Amino acid sequence: MTLELSLNQQPAHLRQGSSIGQPLTRRDGFLKVTGAARYAADNHPPGMLYAVLAVSSIARGRVALLDVEAAKAHAGVVEVMTPENRPPLATDPDAKNNPFMFRLDLLQNDHIRYPNQTIAVVIAETLEAATEGAALLSPRYEAQPARVGLDGAESFVPGGVGIGSPAVHHKGDVEAGLKSAATRIEATYETPAQYHNAMEPHAIVAAWDGDSLSIDTPSQGLAMAQGRIAGLFGIAPENIHIRSPFLGGGFGSKGMISGPQVLGILAARLVGRPVKLVLRREQMYGPVGHRAPTRQTLRMGMDSEGRLTAIGHHARTASSTFDDFFEPAADASHTLYASPAIATSHEAVRLDTGTPLFMRAPGEATGSIALESAIDEAAAACGMDPLEFRQRNYAEVEPMTGKPFSSKALRECYTQASERFGWQRRPLQPRQMPDKDGFLTGWGIGTATFPAIMFQAEARAVLRADGSGLMETGAQDMGQGAWTAFAQIAADGLGLDIDQVDFRAGSSDLPNAGIAGGSGHTATAGMAIHNAGAAVITRLADLATRHEASPLFGAGNEGVLARGGRLYRRDDESRSESYGEILARAGLAEIDGRGTGTPDSASREAYAMHAHGAVFAEVKVDPDFGQIRVTRLVGAFAAGRVINPRLVRSQYYGGMIWGVSFALHEEAVTDRRSGRIQNANLAEYHIPVNADVPSVAALLVHEDDPYVNALGIKGVGEIGITGTAGAVANAVWHATGVRPRRFPIRIEDLLG
Amino acid sequence: MRDFSYLRAGSVEAARQAAALPGTMILAGGTTLIDLAKCGVAEPDSLVDITHLKGLDKIEVSARGATIGALAKMGHVADHADIKRHFPAVSEALWQAASAQIRNMATIGGNLMQRTRCPYFRDPANFPACNKREPGSGCSAIGGVTRGHAVLGTSDACIAMYPGDLATALIAFDAIVHLGERQVSVDDFFLLPGATPDKEHAIEPGEMITAIEIPDSAAARRSTYLKIRDRQSYEFAAASAAVGIEFEADGRTIRDLRVALGGVATKPWRARAVEEALKGKVLEPDAVRAASLLAVEGAVDNGANHYKIELAPRVVARAILKMGETA
Ligand SMILES: Cc1cc2nc3c(=O)[nH]c(=O)nc-3n(C[C@H](O)[C@H](O)[C@H](O)COP(=O)(O)OP(=O)(O)OC[C@H]3O[C@@H](n4cnc5c(N)ncnc54)[C@H](O)[C@@H]3O)c2cc1C
Ligand code: SF4
Repeated sequence: MTLELSLNQQPAHLRQGSSIGQPLTRRDGFLKVTGAARYAADNHPPGMLYAVLAVSSIARGRVALLDVEAAKAHAGVVEVMTPENRPPLATDPDAKNNPFMFRLDLLQNDHIRYPNQTIAVVIAETLEAATEGAALLSPRYEAQPARVGLDGAESFVPGGVGIGSPAVHHKGDVEAGLKSAATRIEATYETPAQYHNAMEPHAIVAAWDGDSLSIDTPSQGLAMAQGRIAGLFGIAPENIHIRSPFLGGGFGSKGMISGPQVLGILAARLVGRPVKLVLRREQMYGPVGHRAPTRQTLRMGMDSEGRLTAIGHHARTASSTFDDFFEPAADASHTLYASPAIATSHEAVRLDTGTPLFMRAPGEATGSIALESAIDEAAAACGMDPLEFRQRNYAEVEPMTGKPFSSKALRECYTQASERFGWQRRPLQPRQMPDKDGFLTGWGIGTATFPAIMFQAEARAVLRADGSGLMETGAQDMGQGAWTAFAQIAADGLGLDIDQVDFRAGSSDLPNAGIAGGSGHTATAGMAIHNAGAAVITRLADLATRHEASPLFGAGNEGVLARGGRLYRRDDESRSESYGEILARAGLAEIDGRGTGTPDSASREAYAMHAHGAVFAEVKVDPDFGQIRVTRLVGAFAAGRVINPRLVRSQYYGGMIWGVSFALHEEAVTDRRSGRIQNANLAEYHIPVNADVPSVAALLVHEDDPYVNALGIKGVGEIGITGTAGAVANAVWHATGVRPRRFPIRIEDLLG
Repeated sequence: MRDFSYLRAGSVEAARQAAALPGTMILAGGTTLIDLAKCGVAEPDSLVDITHLKGLDKIEVSARGATIGALAKMGHVADHADIKRHFPAVSEALWQAASAQIRNMATIGGNLMQRTRCPYFRDPANFPACNKREPGSGCSAIGGVTRGHAVLGTSDACIAMYPGDLATALIAFDAIVHLGERQVSVDDFFLLPGATPDKEHAIEPGEMITAIEIPDSAAARRSTYLKIRDRQSYEFAAASAAVGIEFEADGRTIRDLRVALGGVATKPWRARAVEEALKGKVLEPDAVRAASLLAVEGAVDNGANHYKIELAPRVVARAILKMGETA
């Protein structure tokens, strides 16, 4: 898709030279603040019907009865889709042939395996009729007891955690390391189930034309969604066109196409008309993923100088009864602190919930809050300043693998953030900083880290005889600023001013841009764009340097530079020619080139690649009420090359605020009898409001990384939540002397 | 779709006549009612919109007290200079309630009538048992998620907490609810659940709140509303206290004291035992703390809400001491 805006609506971006590194404002900002940006649910194709899900009250059992007749008799109801009449699928929704494929509930039978599982879909002329039709189904169930909570079932060791990481890892002898230690700590931390809660609910508008399918739906991975739908319906991927120009947040829950989205497509097939299906907020608590709860036990040993002799990190977590996703929480201990012995392990239970999925630094965030709390406990046990303790145990090589880091400016992060924060004035002991209003002030630190992941992506670049350029890749903008950052990379790659580049993204008919997840989208699709630009410039240079009439004749490919819409001889910049002149002479309206973004396996074999950061938090706690307020956050992050500092900073802010959310607010509260979540709405599922984050600073620490990729990009989307959650917890300890072991930290935990 | 009729009332009288019909509900700002309709709790056959009635949004403050029209917006009352001066606790209770957006929509009458946040009450599709919704059906909350439930004024039938902030401030200062001809004290307006939790207010079909009257008092002029919660804003109270104080001429001896609790009881809760224990005494921290414990006499918890019993007296004590300091 092309962004539907004319460039004269944009503020002029003043800059010189490269677009990369410029703090451009969002190119889609105008559309968003004026309400003109069209999100999936804003589409209304002619003849469209509304579909509403009827979802299960119970957590486990089967549907015994549905009053389909009552629903169908309701005015405006067109059809009720149940297992009886659901159109056939080419693939069993319970089949799974790769770890990125998750089992879906598509009315394949009458079994219920979690609350809010779809049991029928009512399709009607209006949303109101469909909603009432769904209520009229008055389901009856045969219920079995719900398995709830981390102790709700027998545990087992999963075959793998996250995406294919072994459940158990070790290096060295942790037991021996603990035995020889001068000081030891052991502590258990609990984190709750959390739900993504993107502002925009999962929504789909689906229209069939024979065996061709047109879809508007938010997706963090268009090509994967296209492939999954193609497989389910037995049609060619090219027959499916998905548009996803904007997402109102995804946080991982829109990475894979979800069951309800596919049900929208099935509904459209059943009635032979376009159908819109939008989840209600409470319906997002079940079928679209969540973060599973964890219980993590950390054991650490330190020698007399405060050097770690052993780290043991064990995590118990949960998945659904029917699919596998295991929050890789303990893996957080692989990469951050040097220790001769490290052992990590996982166990899991199966509960009557929807399948957990990737959510805001899956594993990294959960593991980080426990690890950073434990490191703080270890520092306190050694009588050391927690920053000094972290520096003493600084990992010069990746602790688990022994690989060198491709780059690691964490020391600079510690220095810059601690100076800005004023850390050196921190008293070692807790409860030493009462303020004039009687609050207990506390300061805490957390180290942030996130792997520099890359997937696979493709892009296509075009140069036109009028001197303009086009860059196409099916990239996804969840709000992070892809429309802007990728256009900057495109402009650079094409040697054009950004206003000369037509950048297209957000549609499945464009080259596969991979997934907007794992904080790897800018690096991956960015490299595809960069390489596509290079490819088309190479073709252009060929045309010029091989033609006698060109001032560049004979320069050879290596000998020209692309800048400002012209090619220059590298050794003599007085000799140049515009793109338009070159194409006109060759009689070509346009030329194109393609590029891919892929991780370089040799350098990834040789180096450990991670972004790093240091976060400092100040909290104030009312000593009588246990009421916690975060008053200040300062983070410094080193994540390779910064494409757009304005966007990057706002990613860090967002991540840090999610960190506050993790430490103090978010928790899905389950009724243990029914297995239902009792706060499935934004009034009661709390995230920070503006007043909860009065002061946030994010410092960008310079880091050159020659190994991650040619652009030197790591990733910035998720790192902010890591480190921050632990920093807040540690600040609470420093304020009160009470060590938080259960998150979120609540009033009652500090009432004492 | 579920049809209902919508009537825009032209006068208070017309609104009351319409509201007397079974299945009819008054619509003010809609911030409670529309929510409850969406979750299937409110199923009105017809709505009487009173927001266009003239004159019901007046805020009048005199030496005798304040009269606040039922249609005055929460935000306007919170910001009203004379309310701030004469009834600081009322202003503070309002600006700490809900969010700016809701305060701009919601009315004072509707605010008093807001209903419990008990998640079982709000989810009829999944929890049919709720004595408040369906008398005799049972209580789903007991034995379930109860962190936000009441510890005072509960019954075997219902433990739902009354969540409003304003009414807590009003009850401290003996405010009166005007129901047309009839007037009822705020204390009598809100009913304990007992065996009939479905009956929450002393309001009869065909009656509507027209105004709230708050008598002037020295204690009201020197008052505060202290609200404690996990989140800084946009959250109901874990515990709150409305406190007003009047000293004797010596500036230390308590002549009059008003204490009310929010976030912990099934209705706005006047803590008269605390008041009586301290009246006539010199304000002194230890005595205040000891007396504040009387606020939760007879409290019963359901596990997760136990902390409210610890918290509420501390909130009361802090609020009293804070009012003492500003002498
Ligand atoms: C997310 C959220 C958070 C909130 N947080 C808080 C909080 O922290 N503290 C707090 O105190 N409140 C809070 N509220 C509640 C809010 O204050 C109330 O919803 C609001 O005051 C209701 O006023 P309204 O005019 O919108 O009432 P409506 O929704 O129009 O009416 C509410 C009820 O009162 C009846 N009614 C309305 N006017 C009259 C009248 N004049 N006479 C008789 N009956 C009448 C209606 O029939 C209906 O039953 C919150 C609400 C929401 C949705
Ligand atoms: S506490 Fe009251 S409102 Fe809640 S479920 Fe029980 S009876 Fe209903």
